[in-house]
Amino acid sequence: MKEKKPLSEQEKVIEINGLYKSFGNYHVLRGVDLELYKRENLVVLGKSGTGKSVLIKIVVGLLTPDHGDVRVLNQHVDQITYKELLALRLKVGFSFQNSALYDSMTVRENLVFPLIRNQKKLTKGEITSAVEEMLDAVGLLHTINQMPSELSGGQRKRIGIARTLILRPEIMLYDEPTAGLDPITCLEINSLINEVQERFHTSSIIITHDLTCAKAVGNRVAMLLDGKFERQGTFEDVFNTNDERVKPFYDYNFIQ
Amino acid sequence: MEKKAESQETLNDEVKTPGKLSRTFITLYDVFQFIGRFFKEGFLPPYEGKELMKQCYDIGYRSLALISLTGFITGIVFTKQSRPSLAEFGATSWLPSLVGIALLRTLAPLLTSLIAAGKVGSSIGAELGSMRVTEQIDAMEVSATNPFKFLVTTRVLASTITIPILTFYTAMVGMLGALLNVSLSEGTSAKAFFQSSLESITFLDITASTIKAVIFGFTIGMVGCYQGYNSSKGTEGVGKAANSAVVIGMFLIFIEEVVSVQFFGLFRT
Repeated sequence: MKEKKPLSEQEKVIEINGLYKSFGNYHVLRGVDLELYKRENLVVLGKSGTGKSVLIKIVVGLLTPDHGDVRVLNQHVDQITYKELLALRLKVGFSFQNSALYDSMTVRENLVFPLIRNQKKLTKGEITSAVEEMLDAVGLLHTINQMPSELSGGQRKRIGIARTLILRPEIMLYDEPTAGLDPITCLEINSLINEVQERFHTSSIIITHDLTCAKAVGNRVAMLLDGKFERQGTFEDVFNTNDERVKPFYDYNFIQ
Repeated sequence: MEKKAESQETLNDEVKTPGKLSRTFITLYDVFQFIGRFFKEGFLPPYEGKELMKQCYDIGYRSLALISLTGFITGIVFTKQSRPSLAEFGATSWLPSLVGIALLRTLAPLLTSLIAAGKVGSSIGAELGSMRVTEQIDAMEVSATNPFKFLVTTRVLASTITIPILTFYTAMVGMLGALLNVSLSEGTSAKAFFQSSLESITFLDITASTIKAVIFGFTIGMVGCYQGYNSSKGTEGVGKAANSAVVIGMFLIFIEEVVSVQFFGLFRT
């Protein structure tokens, strides 16, 4: 497996400073600082329940931070109006852990839904070709008339990514893209994430606890420990340590 | 390690869980905010006309068979049960007007709404609850679509529009049931039956019935949507949302019926 190299520092597309988030008495994020650079794949690692998904949900405005500064494409997510937030969301794609496909719609309708709502000037022909192009990009054009319930877990993930990509976002947020998939499908998803980065020039945050995925897709890795990013850098930088909170993570994924 | 535990304790002390009374007020505030958002977003463009038509069709079509059967049987049974009391005073000729007034003023709106609360309310609660649990509502949010407008306003409007139509349909089917009973027992003609029953129905009866049905329809849609849209995570939450939509919906319909009877009674005296 070829490891990806970090990109030289460029324009920041996401900048998070001193982010705090709690749910009742459970303090999930405790002073998170993070940057995502243009055309970079940043992998966020961490144990379950450490707030990885909460972090990207704050980035896209699904959750509001208790304290801290979150800037996405130079806009403060928690300070803009709902209309501005909707406009910003057009530039930020979110791929859900369980795909979140609309189960009452076919694959075609799932892709058409965000398109016709946000690009009202498109003709029927343009919509059809956009849908077919995107399904072709994820290798699932033949499923166009199927219902989500007829698809496998890996296919659902791919369709979820295609539905997100159809709006041509600048930033992609992947929530556990390989969770619950077999190793072969995991490799296919990893390749797809890299293809998306190259073909659509996206900057991405990939949430995972799969180190194979992290190594394959990440230009940079950040590890969430006790509510903050204590280790950031290349894969080696993060795991070349005797920190007892980090070592078991590596051992489980590679020694087991 | 001790230091870490200590800092956790300090953090825990900062947030206090609200008490039962506070939670009730928080829920009430949420409900009013939800209703307020409906009025704010329901009448502002862009309009979801296609989805509204689909929901109107779904709500009407889903309840039609059950409403037809219930309305027809109610008409027959009500007529049959009322006859002996009227016969004691030699007033069986009043049956058509009695049935007409009873159906239009109370039976049709109440029956239709209770059936719709069971069928439509639970269906809306379960559908939106399931969409919430499987993150489909979040998926709409992040794809720059306003899910409240697409899912909630369309369903509430559809139920507010459809329930009054279904109410008059129930009244009509109920009258047919009553006609069948009256024709078989007294040999009254359809023309005489409808003439007698329609003569006793006033403009106030029609207006009151329409207003009541609109309020009931709004309640059914709003309760179903609120329970589904705010359902907690997990499959248990979906069941709970569907169940609460029916129970709370029916409870509110009865309260609204009592209040509206008192209110419209003021105009009849």
